[in-house]
Amino acid sequence: MSAAKEKPSPITNRAELLPMLKQELANNNSLSKTVLTSLADKTGLPLNEIYGVSTFYSYLPVATAGRNIIRVCGCLPCDMKDAQGVIGSIKKELEIEPGQTTADGKFTLEVVGCIGACDQAPAMLINDKLYGNLTPEGIAGILKSY
Amino acid sequence: MAEKRIVLGNCGVIDPQDIESYLKAGGFKAYEKARRMKPKAIVEEVKKSGLTGRGGAGFNCGLKWELAMNAKGRQKFLICNADEGEVGAFKDKYIISHDPLGLIEGMLIAGLAIGARKAYIYLRGEYHPLNSLLVTAIGQAAARGYLKDTDIQVFEGAGAYVCGEESALMNSIEGQRGESRYKPPYPPQRGLWNMPTIINNVETLMNVPHIINRGAAWFSAMGAGRSRGTKVFSVSGDVARPGIYEMEMGSTLKELVVGLAGATDVNAVQIGGATGNIIPGYMIDTPLSHETFLGSGAVMVFNSMRDIIDIVYNDMRFLNEESCGKCTPCREGTEVMLEIFGRLLQGDGRERDINTLEVLARVMADASLCGLGQAAAVPVLDSLRYFYNEYIDRIDQSQFLRSYLGGEFYKSEEVVI
Repeated sequence: MSAAKEKPSPITNRAELLPMLKQELANNNSLSKTVLTSLADKTGLPLNEIYGVSTFYSYLPVATAGRNIIRVCGCLPCDMKDAQGVIGSIKKELEIEPGQTTADGKFTLEVVGCIGACDQAPAMLINDKLYGNLTPEGIAGILKSY
Repeated sequence: MAEKRIVLGNCGVIDPQDIESYLKAGGFKAYEKARRMKPKAIVEEVKKSGLTGRGGAGFNCGLKWELAMNAKGRQKFLICNADEGEVGAFKDKYIISHDPLGLIEGMLIAGLAIGARKAYIYLRGEYHPLNSLLVTAIGQAAARGYLKDTDIQVFEGAGAYVCGEESALMNSIEGQRGESRYKPPYPPQRGLWNMPTIINNVETLMNVPHIINRGAAWFSAMGAGRSRGTKVFSVSGDVARPGIYEMEMGSTLKELVVGLAGATDVNAVQIGGATGNIIPGYMIDTPLSHETFLGSGAVMVFNSMRDIIDIVYNDMRFLNEESCGKCTPCREGTEVMLEIFGRLLQGDGRERDINTLEVLARVMADASLCGLGQAAAVPVLDSLRYFYNEYIDRIDQSQFLRSYLGGEFYKSEEVVI
Protein backbone atom coordinates (compact mmCIF):
# COMPACT_ATOMS: atom_id res chain seq x y z
CA MET A 1 0.00 0.00 0.00
CA SER A 2 2.51 2.62 1.10
CA ALA A 3 4.87 1.66 -1.71
CA ALA A 4 2.12 2.26 -4.22
CA LYS A 5 1.47 5.67 -2.73
CA GLU A 6 5.08 6.82 -3.03
CA LYS A 7 5.33 5.98 -6.70
CA PRO A 8 2.07 6.81 -8.44
CA SER A 9 1.29 4.54 -11.35
CA PRO A 10 -0.32 5.95 -14.52
CA ILE A 11 -3.61 4.55 -13.27
CA THR A 12 -3.67 6.71 -10.15
CA ASN A 13 -2.72 9.65 -12.32
CA ARG A 14 -5.83 9.10 -14.36
CA ALA A 15 -8.01 9.27 -11.25
CA GLU A 16 -6.67 12.75 -10.70
CA LEU A 17 -7.82 13.90 -14.12
CA LEU A 18 -11.29 15.06 -13.11
CA PRO A 19 -10.05 16.97 -10.04
CA MET A 20 -7.30 18.49 -12.23
CA LEU A 21 -9.84 19.57 -14.83
CA LYS A 22 -11.90 21.18 -12.08
CA GLN A 23 -8.85 22.99 -10.78
CA GLU A 24 -7.98 24.27 -14.25
CA LEU A 25 -11.55 25.41 -14.66
CA ALA A 26 -11.38 27.32 -11.38
CA ASN A 27 -8.13 28.98 -12.48
CA ASN A 28 -9.04 29.73 -16.09
CA ASN A 29 -12.81 30.14 -16.15
CA SER A 30 -13.17 27.75 -19.09
CA LEU A 31 -11.33 24.77 -20.51
CA SER A 32 -9.96 26.30 -23.68
CA LYS A 33 -7.75 24.41 -26.10
CA THR A 34 -4.65 26.00 -24.56
CA VAL A 35 -5.66 24.86 -21.10
CA LEU A 36 -6.40 21.32 -22.27
CA THR A 37 -3.16 21.12 -24.26
CA SER A 38 -1.09 22.12 -21.26
CA LEU A 39 -2.99 19.57 -19.19
CA ALA A 40 -2.18 16.91 -21.78
CA ASP A 41 1.50 17.76 -21.45
CA LYS A 42 1.28 17.67 -17.68
CA THR A 43 -0.49 14.32 -17.46
CA GLY A 44 1.00 12.57 -20.46
CA LEU A 45 -2.49 11.74 -21.68
CA PRO A 46 -3.52 12.36 -25.30
CA LEU A 47 -5.37 15.62 -25.87
CA ASN A 48 -8.34 13.86 -27.43
CA GLU A 49 -8.79 11.76 -24.27
CA ILE A 50 -8.85 14.84 -22.10
CA TYR A 51 -11.17 16.63 -24.50
CA GLY A 52 -13.43 13.56 -24.52
CA VAL A 53 -13.65 13.52 -20.74
CA SER A 54 -14.28 17.22 -20.32
CA THR A 55 -16.99 17.37 -22.98
CA PHE A 56 -18.81 14.51 -21.29
CA TYR A 57 -19.48 16.50 -18.13
CA SER A 58 -21.85 19.42 -18.32
CA TYR A 59 -20.05 21.28 -15.54
CA LEU A 60 -16.75 21.30 -17.43
CA PRO A 61 -17.37 23.89 -20.15
CA VAL A 62 -14.88 23.73 -23.01
CA ALA A 63 -16.45 26.70 -24.76
CA THR A 64 -15.95 30.23 -23.57
CA ALA A 65 -18.00 30.83 -20.49
CA GLY A 66 -18.81 33.91 -18.50
CA ARG A 67 -17.26 34.66 -15.14
CA ASN A 68 -20.47 33.60 -13.45
CA ILE A 69 -22.44 30.63 -14.70
CA ILE A 70 -26.15 30.68 -13.99
CA ARG A 71 -27.67 27.20 -14.02
CA VAL A 72 -31.43 27.20 -13.79
CA CYS A 73 -33.07 23.87 -13.10
CA GLY A 74 -35.54 22.98 -15.83
CA CYS A 75 -36.73 19.67 -14.45
CA LEU A 76 -40.24 18.78 -13.39
CA PRO A 77 -40.51 20.08 -9.82
CA CYS A 78 -38.97 23.42 -10.83
CA ASP A 79 -40.82 23.54 -14.15
CA MET A 80 -44.08 23.13 -12.25
CA LYS A 81 -43.25 26.15 -10.08
CA ASP A 82 -42.67 28.46 -13.02
CA ALA A 83 -39.01 27.88 -13.85
CA GLN A 84 -39.90 29.12 -17.34
CA GLY A 85 -40.91 32.47 -15.88
CA VAL A 86 -37.61 32.67 -14.03
CA ILE A 87 -35.66 31.79 -17.16
CA GLY A 88 -37.65 34.38 -19.09
CA SER A 89 -36.82 37.01 -16.50
CA ILE A 90 -33.09 36.19 -16.66
CA LYS A 91 -33.21 36.27 -20.45
CA LYS A 92 -34.80 39.70 -20.36
CA GLU A 93 -32.44 40.99 -17.71
CA LEU A 94 -29.25 39.82 -19.43
CA GLU A 95 -30.50 39.85 -23.03
CA ILE A 96 -29.14 36.37 -23.74
CA GLU A 97 -30.61 33.00 -24.56
CA PRO A 98 -29.79 29.78 -22.65
CA GLY A 99 -26.33 28.63 -23.74
CA GLN A 100 -25.12 32.17 -24.39
CA THR A 101 -22.79 34.52 -22.56
CA THR A 102 -23.35 38.23 -22.03
CA ALA A 103 -21.27 40.61 -24.11
CA ASP A 104 -19.29 41.78 -21.08
CA GLY A 105 -18.46 38.16 -20.23
CA LYS A 106 -20.06 38.43 -16.81
CA PHE A 107 -22.78 35.80 -17.06
CA THR A 108 -23.48 32.57 -18.91
CA LEU A 109 -27.01 31.21 -18.77
CA GLU A 110 -27.73 27.49 -18.83
CA VAL A 111 -30.85 25.42 -18.26
CA VAL A 112 -29.79 22.21 -16.54
CA GLY A 113 -31.15 18.98 -15.11
CA CYS A 114 -32.22 18.53 -11.50
CA ILE A 115 -29.93 20.29 -9.02
CA GLY A 116 -31.50 18.62 -6.00
CA ALA A 117 -33.35 21.59 -4.59
CA CYS A 118 -36.84 20.44 -5.44
CA ASP A 119 -38.20 21.50 -2.05
CA GLN A 120 -37.18 25.08 -2.89
CA ALA A 121 -38.43 25.06 -6.47
CA PRO A 122 -37.82 26.88 -8.68
CA ALA A 123 -34.11 26.94 -8.00
CA MET A 124 -30.87 27.91 -9.67
CA LEU A 125 -27.17 27.80 -9.03
CA ILE A 126 -24.94 30.77 -9.70
CA ASN A 127 -21.50 29.20 -9.66
CA ASP A 128 -21.81 27.10 -6.48
CA LYS A 129 -24.36 29.19 -4.68
CA LEU A 130 -27.90 27.91 -4.53
CA TYR A 131 -30.89 30.21 -4.87
CA GLY A 132 -34.28 28.70 -4.11
CA ASN A 133 -37.95 29.73 -4.14
CA LEU A 134 -37.26 32.12 -7.01
CA THR A 135 -39.72 34.53 -8.53
CA PRO A 136 -39.34 36.25 -11.90
CA GLU A 137 -39.49 39.57 -10.04
CA GLY A 138 -36.66 38.68 -7.68
CA ILE A 139 -34.14 37.87 -10.40
CA ALA A 140 -32.92 41.41 -11.06
CA GLY A 141 -31.92 41.86 -7.43
CA ILE A 142 -29.95 38.61 -7.35
CA LEU A 143 -28.12 39.37 -10.58
CA LYS A 144 -27.26 42.86 -9.35
CA SER A 145 -25.30 41.38 -6.45
CA TYR A 146 -22.75 39.96 -8.91
CA MET B 1 -48.90 6.70 10.47
CA ALA B 2 -46.48 9.31 11.63
CA GLU B 3 -42.90 9.73 10.59
CA LYS B 4 -40.38 7.27 11.93
CA ARG B 5 -36.98 8.89 12.05
CA ILE B 6 -34.16 6.39 12.26
CA VAL B 7 -31.86 7.29 9.41
CA LEU B 8 -32.72 10.92 10.05
CA GLY B 9 -32.56 10.48 13.82
CA ASN B 10 -29.58 12.79 14.21
CA CYS B 11 -30.63 15.32 11.60
CA GLY B 12 -31.27 18.67 13.18
CA VAL B 13 -30.31 17.25 16.57
CA ILE B 14 -26.53 17.23 16.34
CA ASP B 15 -24.05 19.75 14.99
CA PRO B 16 -22.88 18.24 11.69
CA GLN B 17 -19.49 19.91 12.00
CA ASP B 18 -18.74 18.84 15.56
CA ILE B 19 -17.77 15.25 16.25
CA GLU B 20 -18.36 15.79 19.98
CA SER B 21 -22.07 16.21 19.50
CA TYR B 22 -22.14 13.11 17.32
CA LEU B 23 -20.29 11.10 19.94
CA LYS B 24 -22.63 12.38 22.62
CA ALA B 25 -25.57 11.09 20.58
CA GLY B 26 -24.02 7.61 20.63
CA GLY B 27 -21.85 8.02 17.57
CA PHE B 28 -19.16 5.48 16.65
CA LYS B 29 -20.50 2.96 19.20
CA ALA B 30 -21.54 0.75 16.30
CA TYR B 31 -18.11 1.10 14.74
CA GLU B 32 -16.40 0.12 17.99
CA LYS B 33 -18.72 -2.87 18.22
CA ALA B 34 -18.08 -3.83 14.60
CA ARG B 35 -14.33 -3.70 15.15
CA ARG B 36 -14.71 -6.44 17.73
CA MET B 37 -16.71 -8.54 15.27
CA LYS B 38 -15.41 -10.75 12.48
CA PRO B 39 -16.17 -9.39 8.96
CA LYS B 40 -18.31 -12.45 8.38
CA ALA B 41 -20.39 -11.68 11.46
CA ILE B 42 -20.97 -8.09 10.29
CA VAL B 43 -22.06 -9.29 6.86
CA GLU B 44 -24.34 -11.92 8.44
CA GLU B 45 -25.97 -9.31 10.66
CA VAL B 46 -26.65 -6.97 7.74
CA LYS B 47 -27.87 -9.86 5.63
CA LYS B 48 -30.23 -11.03 8.35
CA SER B 49 -31.60 -7.53 8.80
CA GLY B 50 -32.89 -7.60 5.23
CA LEU B 51 -31.44 -4.16 4.46
CA THR B 52 -31.88 -3.40 0.77
CA GLY B 53 -30.23 -0.83 -1.47
CA ARG B 54 -31.91 2.54 -1.06
CA GLY B 55 -30.71 4.02 -4.34
CA GLY B 56 -33.52 2.37 -6.24
CA ALA B 57 -32.36 -1.12 -7.20
CA GLY B 58 -33.31 -2.67 -3.85
CA PHE B 59 -30.71 -5.43 -3.90
CA ASN B 60 -30.00 -7.14 -0.58
CA CYS B 61 -27.11 -5.18 0.89
CA GLY B 62 -25.63 -7.98 3.00
CA LEU B 63 -25.67 -10.33 0.03
CA LYS B 64 -23.74 -7.82 -2.04
CA TRP B 65 -21.21 -7.35 0.74
CA GLU B 66 -20.78 -11.09 0.99
CA LEU B 67 -19.85 -11.27 -2.70
CA ALA B 68 -17.20 -8.60 -2.22
CA MET B 69 -15.97 -10.12 1.04
CA ASN B 70 -15.40 -13.46 -0.67
CA ALA B 71 -14.00 -11.98 -3.87
CA LYS B 72 -10.26 -12.14 -4.37
CA GLY B 73 -8.40 -8.95 -5.13
CA ARG B 74 -5.17 -7.16 -4.32
CA GLN B 75 -7.26 -4.31 -3.05
CA LYS B 76 -10.94 -3.73 -2.40
CA PHE B 77 -12.88 -0.53 -2.69
CA LEU B 78 -15.96 0.92 -1.11
CA ILE B 79 -17.84 3.70 -2.83
CA CYS B 80 -20.63 5.72 -1.34
CA ASN B 81 -22.91 6.85 -4.12
CA ALA B 82 -23.82 10.44 -3.35
CA ASP B 83 -24.43 11.33 -7.00
CA GLU B 84 -28.05 12.03 -6.32
CA GLY B 85 -29.10 13.13 -9.78
CA GLU B 86 -32.60 11.72 -9.87
CA VAL B 87 -35.21 14.33 -10.62
CA GLY B 88 -37.10 15.17 -7.47
CA ALA B 89 -34.60 13.52 -5.13
CA PHE B 90 -32.77 15.53 -2.51
CA LYS B 91 -32.67 13.19 0.48
CA ASP B 92 -28.94 12.46 0.30
CA LYS B 93 -28.18 16.16 0.29
CA TYR B 94 -30.31 16.53 3.41
CA ILE B 95 -28.65 13.57 5.11
CA ILE B 96 -25.09 14.65 4.31
CA SER B 97 -25.66 18.23 5.33
CA HIS B 98 -27.16 17.21 8.67
CA ASP B 99 -25.33 14.04 9.63
CA PRO B 100 -22.10 13.50 7.68
CA LEU B 101 -20.54 11.53 10.53
CA GLY B 102 -23.37 9.01 10.48
CA LEU B 103 -22.50 8.34 6.87
CA ILE B 104 -18.81 8.07 7.67
CA GLU B 105 -19.52 5.58 10.45
CA GLY B 106 -21.65 3.48 8.12
CA MET B 107 -18.89 3.52 5.54
CA LEU B 108 -16.27 2.49 8.08
CA ILE B 109 -18.37 -0.49 9.11
CA ALA B 110 -18.89 -1.48 5.48
CA GLY B 111 -15.15 -1.11 4.98
CA LEU B 112 -14.50 -3.50 7.86
CA ALA B 113 -16.99 -6.00 6.48
CA ILE B 114 -15.61 -6.22 2.97
CA GLY B 115 -11.99 -5.43 3.81
CA ALA B 116 -11.75 -2.16 1.89
CA ARG B 117 -8.78 -0.02 2.80
CA LYS B 118 -9.88 2.78 0.55
CA ALA B 119 -13.31 4.34 0.27
CA TYR B 120 -14.70 7.11 -1.89
CA ILE B 121 -17.70 9.33 -1.48
CA TYR B 122 -18.79 10.20 -5.01
CA LEU B 123 -20.46 13.55 -4.49
CA ARG B 124 -22.30 15.13 -7.39
CA GLY B 125 -20.82 18.39 -8.63
CA GLU B 126 -24.05 20.24 -7.93
CA TYR B 127 -23.52 19.59 -4.22
CA HIS B 128 -20.11 21.26 -4.17
CA PRO B 129 -20.84 23.18 -0.94
CA LEU B 130 -21.16 19.83 0.86
CA ASN B 131 -17.63 18.88 -0.13
CA SER B 132 -15.91 20.99 2.53
CA LEU B 133 -18.46 19.86 5.10
CA LEU B 134 -17.61 16.22 4.39
CA VAL B 135 -13.88 16.92 4.39
CA THR B 136 -14.21 18.56 7.82
CA ALA B 137 -16.17 15.60 9.18
CA ILE B 138 -13.67 13.11 7.74
CA GLY B 139 -10.83 15.14 9.25
CA GLN B 140 -12.47 15.07 12.69
CA ALA B 141 -13.03 11.32 12.47
CA ALA B 142 -9.43 10.81 11.36
CA ALA B 143 -8.13 12.90 14.25
CA ARG B 144 -9.96 10.57 16.60
CA GLY B 145 -8.29 7.61 14.96
CA TYR B 146 -11.38 6.18 13.31
CA LEU B 147 -9.92 6.08 9.81
CA LYS B 148 -7.15 3.62 10.61
CA ASP B 149 -8.78 0.71 8.78
CA THR B 150 -10.36 2.53 5.89
CA ASP B 151 -9.34 5.80 4.34
CA ILE B 152 -12.20 7.94 3.03
CA GLN B 153 -11.85 10.42 0.19
CA VAL B 154 -14.42 12.72 -1.34
CA PHE B 155 -14.57 12.57 -5.12
CA GLU B 156 -16.62 15.21 -6.81
CA GLY B 157 -18.51 14.65 -10.04
CA ALA B 158 -19.04 17.29 -12.69
CA GLY B 159 -22.68 17.24 -13.66
CA ALA B 160 -23.62 13.96 -15.26
CA TYR B 161 -26.80 12.18 -14.21
CA VAL B 162 -25.68 8.83 -15.62
CA CYS B 163 -22.72 8.79 -13.21
CA GLY B 164 -25.19 7.73 -10.53
CA GLU B 165 -25.24 4.40 -12.34
CA GLU B 166 -22.61 2.30 -10.63
CA SER B 167 -20.45 1.34 -13.58
CA ALA B 168 -20.54 4.86 -15.02
CA LEU B 169 -19.64 6.16 -11.58
CA MET B 170 -16.55 3.95 -11.47
CA ASN B 171 -15.51 5.11 -14.94
CA SER B 172 -15.86 8.65 -13.70
CA ILE B 173 -13.56 8.04 -10.73
CA GLU B 174 -11.08 6.37 -13.07
CA GLY B 175 -10.92 9.59 -15.05
CA GLN B 176 -12.86 8.27 -18.04
CA ARG B 177 -16.03 9.49 -19.66
CA GLY B 178 -18.86 8.46 -17.36
CA GLU B 179 -20.32 5.83 -19.65
CA SER B 180 -21.88 2.60 -18.41
CA ARG B 181 -20.01 -0.68 -18.65
CA TYR B 182 -21.20 -4.03 -19.88
CA LYS B 183 -22.26 -6.39 -17.09
CA PRO B 184 -21.19 -8.91 -15.93
CA PRO B 185 -18.69 -8.69 -14.34
CA TYR B 186 -20.52 -6.98 -11.53
CA PRO B 187 -18.70 -4.53 -9.26
CA PRO B 188 -18.39 -6.91 -6.26
CA GLN B 189 -16.26 -9.14 -8.52
CA ARG B 190 -14.55 -6.58 -10.70
CA GLY B 191 -15.29 -2.94 -10.19
CA LEU B 192 -13.04 0.05 -9.67
CA TRP B 193 -9.72 -0.64 -11.44
CA ASN B 194 -10.98 -4.19 -11.84
CA MET B 195 -10.90 -4.73 -8.09
CA PRO B 196 -13.83 -5.97 -5.98
CA THR B 197 -15.93 -2.92 -5.25
CA ILE B 198 -19.02 -2.21 -3.24
CA ILE B 199 -21.17 0.75 -4.17
CA ASN B 200 -23.86 1.73 -1.71
CA ASN B 201 -26.24 4.64 -1.62
CA VAL B 202 -25.89 7.22 1.17
CA GLU B 203 -29.12 6.14 2.83
CA THR B 204 -28.20 2.44 2.73
CA LEU B 205 -24.96 3.13 4.58
CA MET B 206 -26.77 5.37 7.08
CA ASN B 207 -28.80 2.35 8.17
CA VAL B 208 -25.76 0.21 8.92
CA PRO B 209 -24.72 1.68 12.31
CA HIS B 210 -28.29 1.29 13.56
CA ILE B 211 -28.37 -2.36 12.51
CA ILE B 212 -25.07 -3.09 14.26
CA ASN B 213 -26.18 -1.22 17.39
CA ARG B 214 -29.68 -2.56 17.75
CA GLY B 215 -29.45 -5.86 15.92
CA ALA B 216 -30.88 -7.40 12.78
CA ALA B 217 -34.07 -8.53 14.52
CA TRP B 218 -34.95 -4.98 15.56
CA PHE B 219 -34.44 -3.76 12.00
CA SER B 220 -36.28 -6.53 10.23
CA ALA B 221 -39.27 -6.07 12.52
CA MET B 222 -40.01 -2.89 10.57
CA GLY B 223 -41.33 -2.88 7.05
CA ALA B 224 -43.40 -5.04 4.78
CA GLY B 225 -42.58 -8.07 2.66
CA ARG B 226 -39.07 -7.99 1.24
CA SER B 227 -38.73 -4.30 2.13
CA ARG B 228 -37.45 -3.97 5.67
CA GLY B 229 -36.71 -0.88 7.75
CA THR B 230 -37.62 2.66 6.88
CA LYS B 231 -37.33 4.78 3.75
CA VAL B 232 -36.50 8.42 3.34
CA PHE B 233 -38.69 10.21 0.80
CA SER B 234 -38.15 13.48 -1.01
CA VAL B 235 -41.54 15.02 -1.72
CA SER B 236 -41.96 17.86 -4.19
CA GLY B 237 -44.51 19.27 -6.60
CA ASP B 238 -48.07 20.24 -5.75
CA VAL B 239 -47.93 19.76 -2.00
CA ALA B 240 -48.20 22.22 0.86
CA ARG B 241 -45.02 21.09 2.58
CA PRO B 242 -42.38 19.77 0.18
CA GLY B 243 -39.45 18.20 1.96
CA ILE B 244 -37.83 15.10 3.42
CA TYR B 245 -39.89 12.52 5.29
CA GLU B 246 -38.88 9.18 6.69
CA MET B 247 -41.49 6.45 7.02
CA GLU B 248 -41.61 2.77 7.65
CA MET B 249 -41.52 0.70 4.46
CA GLY B 250 -45.00 -0.26 3.42
CA SER B 251 -46.60 3.00 4.50
CA THR B 252 -49.14 4.18 1.99
CA LEU B 253 -48.64 6.92 -0.52
CA LYS B 254 -51.59 8.71 1.04
CA GLU B 255 -49.93 8.90 4.44
CA LEU B 256 -46.91 10.48 2.80
CA VAL B 257 -48.32 12.98 0.32
CA VAL B 258 -51.59 13.85 2.04
CA GLY B 259 -50.79 13.14 5.68
CA LEU B 260 -47.28 14.51 5.89
CA ALA B 261 -46.74 16.73 2.86
CA GLY B 262 -50.25 18.16 2.86
CA ALA B 263 -51.39 17.59 -0.71
CA THR B 264 -55.02 18.44 -1.35
CA ASP B 265 -55.44 17.63 -5.03
CA VAL B 266 -53.60 14.55 -6.27
CA ASN B 267 -54.19 13.72 -9.92
CA ALA B 268 -51.00 11.76 -10.46
CA VAL B 269 -47.80 10.92 -8.64
CA GLN B 270 -44.43 10.02 -10.07
CA ILE B 271 -42.38 7.86 -7.75
CA GLY B 272 -38.66 7.43 -8.31
CA GLY B 273 -37.72 10.41 -10.42
CA ALA B 274 -37.66 10.85 -14.18
CA THR B 275 -37.55 7.10 -14.75
CA GLY B 276 -40.13 6.41 -12.05
CA ASN B 277 -43.64 5.04 -12.23
CA ILE B 278 -46.48 7.45 -12.80
CA ILE B 279 -49.59 6.39 -10.95
CA PRO B 280 -53.01 8.01 -10.92
CA GLY B 281 -54.49 9.69 -7.87
CA TYR B 282 -57.05 6.95 -7.23
CA MET B 283 -54.22 4.53 -6.42
CA ILE B 284 -53.16 6.68 -3.49
CA ASP B 285 -53.70 3.89 -1.00
CA THR B 286 -50.85 1.86 -2.51
CA PRO B 287 -48.21 0.95 0.05
CA LEU B 288 -44.70 2.09 -0.84
CA SER B 289 -42.14 -0.71 -0.96
CA HIS B 290 -39.77 -2.45 -3.36
CA GLU B 291 -42.63 -4.72 -4.35
CA THR B 292 -44.81 -1.82 -5.44
CA PHE B 293 -43.30 1.59 -6.15
CA LEU B 294 -40.26 3.05 -4.49
CA GLY B 295 -37.15 3.77 -6.57
CA SER B 296 -34.93 6.22 -4.79
CA GLY B 297 -37.88 7.65 -2.88
CA ALA B 298 -38.39 10.75 -4.99
CA VAL B 299 -42.10 11.53 -4.96
CA MET B 300 -43.47 14.22 -7.27
CA VAL B 301 -47.12 15.13 -6.87
CA PHE B 302 -49.17 16.57 -9.72
CA ASN B 303 -52.56 18.21 -9.27
CA SER B 304 -55.39 18.07 -11.80
CA MET B 305 -54.17 21.26 -13.51
CA ARG B 306 -51.06 19.44 -14.75
CA ASP B 307 -50.83 17.95 -18.19
CA ILE B 308 -49.57 14.37 -18.16
CA ILE B 309 -48.11 14.61 -21.68
CA ASP B 310 -46.19 17.68 -20.59
CA ILE B 311 -44.88 15.82 -17.55
CA VAL B 312 -43.65 12.88 -19.58
CA TYR B 313 -42.17 15.26 -22.14
CA ASN B 314 -40.17 16.95 -19.39
CA ASP B 315 -38.97 13.56 -18.09
CA MET B 316 -37.93 12.54 -21.58
CA ARG B 317 -36.15 15.82 -22.28
CA PHE B 318 -34.07 15.22 -19.19
CA LEU B 319 -33.32 11.57 -20.00
CA ASN B 320 -32.47 12.40 -23.59
CA GLU B 321 -30.07 15.08 -22.43
CA GLU B 322 -28.46 12.82 -19.86
CA SER B 323 -28.21 9.61 -21.90
CA CYS B 324 -24.50 8.90 -22.15
CA GLY B 325 -24.84 7.82 -25.77
CA LYS B 326 -22.92 4.59 -25.51
CA CYS B 327 -25.72 2.19 -26.42
CA THR B 328 -28.07 2.72 -29.34
CA PRO B 329 -31.46 1.82 -27.78
CA CYS B 330 -31.10 4.51 -25.15
CA ARG B 331 -29.38 7.17 -27.26
CA GLU B 332 -31.76 6.88 -30.21
CA GLY B 333 -34.81 5.71 -28.28
CA THR B 334 -34.95 8.74 -26.02
CA GLU B 335 -34.43 10.91 -29.09
CA VAL B 336 -37.39 9.43 -30.96
CA MET B 337 -39.58 9.50 -27.87
CA LEU B 338 -38.69 13.13 -27.24
CA GLU B 339 -39.62 13.94 -30.82
CA ILE B 340 -42.98 12.19 -30.47
CA PHE B 341 -43.82 13.97 -27.24
CA GLY B 342 -42.70 17.25 -28.72
CA ARG B 343 -45.06 16.72 -31.64
CA LEU B 344 -47.92 15.72 -29.35
CA LEU B 345 -47.45 18.94 -27.40
CA GLN B 346 -47.20 21.01 -30.57
CA GLY B 347 -50.48 19.63 -31.85
CA ASP B 348 -48.95 17.38 -34.47
CA GLY B 349 -49.58 13.93 -33.00
CA ARG B 350 -50.31 10.87 -35.16
CA GLU B 351 -52.39 7.84 -34.45
CA ARG B 352 -49.42 5.56 -34.94
CA ASP B 353 -47.45 7.43 -32.26
CA ILE B 354 -48.94 5.31 -29.48
CA ASN B 355 -47.91 2.10 -31.15
CA THR B 356 -44.41 3.46 -31.87
CA LEU B 357 -44.02 4.42 -28.22
CA GLU B 358 -45.09 0.99 -27.04
CA VAL B 359 -42.78 -0.90 -29.39
CA LEU B 360 -39.86 1.39 -28.68
CA ALA B 361 -40.41 1.10 -24.95
CA ARG B 362 -40.07 -2.66 -25.11
CA VAL B 363 -36.86 -2.50 -27.15
CA MET B 364 -35.31 0.04 -24.83
CA ALA B 365 -36.20 -1.95 -21.72
CA ASP B 366 -34.75 -5.13 -23.21
CA ALA B 367 -31.69 -3.87 -25.00
CA SER B 368 -30.33 -0.85 -23.13
CA LEU B 369 -27.02 -1.16 -21.36
CA CYS B 370 -27.90 0.37 -18.03
CA GLY B 371 -30.80 1.47 -15.89
CA LEU B 372 -31.20 4.83 -17.62
CA GLY B 373 -32.29 3.38 -20.94
CA GLN B 374 -33.99 0.36 -19.41
CA ALA B 375 -36.24 2.51 -17.27
CA ALA B 376 -36.55 5.55 -19.54
CA ALA B 377 -39.81 4.27 -20.95
CA VAL B 378 -41.40 3.52 -17.57
CA PRO B 379 -43.22 6.88 -17.31
CA VAL B 380 -44.27 6.53 -20.96
CA LEU B 381 -45.81 3.11 -20.47
CA ASP B 382 -47.43 4.11 -17.19
CA SER B 383 -48.96 7.23 -18.64
CA LEU B 384 -50.25 5.21 -21.60
CA ARG B 385 -51.76 2.77 -19.18
CA TYR B 386 -53.41 5.16 -16.76
CA PHE B 387 -53.88 8.30 -18.86
CA TYR B 388 -54.58 6.81 -22.28
CA ASN B 389 -57.33 9.34 -22.93
CA GLU B 390 -54.90 12.22 -22.69
CA TYR B 391 -52.96 10.75 -25.58
CA ILE B 392 -56.13 10.18 -27.59
CA ASP B 393 -57.23 13.77 -26.90
CA ARG B 394 -53.92 15.10 -28.12
CA ILE B 395 -54.06 13.05 -31.27
CA ASP B 396 -57.66 14.07 -31.95
CA GLN B 397 -56.75 17.70 -31.45
CA SER B 398 -53.80 17.26 -33.79
CA GLN B 399 -56.01 15.80 -36.49
CA PHE B 400 -58.40 18.68 -36.12
CA LEU B 401 -55.60 21.23 -36.27
CA ARG B 402 -54.18 19.66 -39.39
CA SER B 403 -57.52 19.63 -41.17
CA TYR B 404 -58.31 23.14 -40.00
CA LEU B 405 -55.00 24.77 -40.76
CA GLY B 406 -54.01 22.56 -43.68
CA GLY B 407 -50.66 23.37 -45.20
CA GLU B 408 -50.40 26.57 -43.19
CA PHE B 409 -49.94 24.49 -40.07
CA TYR B 410 -46.52 23.27 -41.06
CA LYS B 411 -45.34 26.68 -42.22
CA SER B 412 -46.22 28.60 -39.08
CA GLU B 413 -43.39 28.66 -36.59
CA GLU B 414 -45.50 29.19 -33.56
CA VAL B 415 -48.30 26.73 -33.23
CA VAL B 416 -51.17 27.74 -31.03
CA ILE B 417 -52.64 24.70 -29.40
